[in-house]
Amino acid sequence: MSCSLDIFFLEAILNGLLLAGLLALLSLGLNLIFGVVDVVWICYAELVMVGMYGVYWAFAVLGLPLPLAIALGVAFTAGAGVLLHMLVISPLLDAPPINQLLATGGVIFVLQALATMAFGVEFRSLGVQLGSFSAGDMFFSWSRVVTLAVAIVAVVALRFFLRRSWLGLAILALSQDRRVMPLMGADAKRLYAITSAIGGGLAGLAGALMAMQFDTYPQIGLQFGPLIFMVCVLGGLGNIVGGLVAAVIIAQFITIGGSCLASEWGYAIAFLFFMVMMFIRPQGVMRAR
Amino acid sequence: MNRKILLSTLGLVVLACVPVLIGWVNPGGSRYYLHLAIQMLLWAQIYTAWSLMGRFGLTSLGHGAFTGIGAYATVLLWNQLGLTPLLGIPIAVALAVVAALLVGYPCFLQRIKGHYFALMTMAMVEFVRLCIVGWRGVTGGSLGTQPTRHGDGVSLYAVQFEPNRVLSYFIVLALWAGTLYVWSRVDRSMDRLALDALGQDEEAAAAAGVDVTREKLKITAISAALCALGGALFAQYQMYVSPETIAGLGISLNIVFGAIAGGMGVLLGPTVGAVFTQLLSEGLRVTMQSSQVLSALFGTRALALDMLVYGVLLVLFIIYMPKGILGTLLDRFARKRSA
Repeated sequence: MSCSLDIFFLEAILNGLLLAGLLALLSLGLNLIFGVVDVVWICYAELVMVGMYGVYWAFAVLGLPLPLAIALGVAFTAGAGVLLHMLVISPLLDAPPINQLLATGGVIFVLQALATMAFGVEFRSLGVQLGSFSAGDMFFSWSRVVTLAVAIVAVVALRFFLRRSWLGLAILALSQDRRVMPLMGADAKRLYAITSAIGGGLAGLAGALMAMQFDTYPQIGLQFGPLIFMVCVLGGLGNIVGGLVAAVIIAQFITIGGSCLASEWGYAIAFLFFMVMMFIRPQGVMRAR
Repeated sequence: MNRKILLSTLGLVVLACVPVLIGWVNPGGSRYYLHLAIQMLLWAQIYTAWSLMGRFGLTSLGHGAFTGIGAYATVLLWNQLGLTPLLGIPIAVALAVVAALLVGYPCFLQRIKGHYFALMTMAMVEFVRLCIVGWRGVTGGSLGTQPTRHGDGVSLYAVQFEPNRVLSYFIVLALWAGTLYVWSRVDRSMDRLALDALGQDEEAAAAAGVDVTREKLKITAISAALCALGGALFAQYQMYVSPETIAGLGISLNIVFGAIAGGMGVLLGPTVGAVFTQLLSEGLRVTMQSSQVLSALFGTRALALDMLVYGVLLVLFIIYMPKGILGTLLDRFARKRSA
């Protein structure tokens, strides 16, 4: 494909913005867990996969209406998040973060295996098509537009929750010093459970929107897992708005690179860009907090 | 010291007798059992190479890139340019070292460590995998490619030894033993002390006069080179390379977890890890195929059961036995002795 400054290029840029919505939504829950609370869930992408299967199961197998199926999927993944925290993270809260990363890395295998045993290795499609629309000579998919809208709402809501609500402030405080906060009378266990539920729920929400665009299979997490960690780190950990900015940058690399060359090269360039940026600005594009 | 040399010689002699023993105990299945032993040794070598740096707190998720570079560079130089792997393997190893230094140097300079280092190396392995997939005209993309056969049997010029299992076994055994030797040389050097110090506290080590960046780069280069060597021989033995089998994050994770399960802090720990993971997956696969209850319950999906058991064990290991199987056993043994 050629890479001239024509309508295809414009289409690539706009599609990149839409992809940024998906990336931002995918990395949002991770940003809360990894960035704000400083707990490493390397299996976050597999939680998204759990959400995708949850929605698929409720919608295509049980035959529930779509909004209910999404709600069920989100609730299920939130529960999975709490479970993950209680079983794996809480014994390791005071261990070096690398141990949390490795333990949740083991969870990657567990979740992939459970998904395979429950649904098999086949690609599962939700069978919902929101269709696409054209503007000028360009085509865009509705599901991507919806995702972008949901992402923006979720980013604003999470930021508002963290900065303005009592509970959000408590979570922020806990993230700043996880030893002192309990001494101040805060119920750390409850706060961690709530944060994990929100993080898991956001993974489920992202999974629901993913399921409308992509087929689900057990290994899907490995496809985009590294990507969303990049978005998180690049945006400045814990910086939710920074994450949005990073998502836009990464998505532009992917779509423009992908439309000029092949799609793998778009991703490859994005990873290269990430590494170079980490060397130049290890604190992320925008300063954290 | 003399006892150690005696013990390791004795161990090597025993291991060298393995092909004979297998042929003696079970002549019918000897090809299969030798294959299993070769797989164990190959992965043991790669796990050991990873642990060389992993045990000093340099947890890399990027070693799948080094095995991938070693395997692919060797095969592609042979297939595309007709360059013998006798030269191709050293070039591949050099390429892996260059890649390791290119990523390692800025990382260490910027003091990127712990889980951030893990994430950086994760980006590197993904970059390498995507390059392999993207360059599909040459590499065969995600389907992989095969080294062109040079004649029918064993060939020194093409470094193709796979038709002869016993020969393959000895080649891989030599590689594994060589890697263990490198480990013990590192242990006896001054670098070992420096690395131990910086693994515990980088700032303190630097204050005590350790050139942190230099020491880290040294061990990273050695580890990457040995991993690339392992990857190259893996490809020559399998006669097939694909991102799924030798290059990528999945491989990195297998390396890291195998080494941790066995115990990355002790010489034979990664080897124990390799034996453990291979036995686990082969054992579960065989039980699965012969058990009618399991196959009735899950059908072919029961094949995922070994991954489930593996994953659960890993989580338990990291939480309750961070020193791994061998590390914990040795600790117990030492405690009993001193008590």
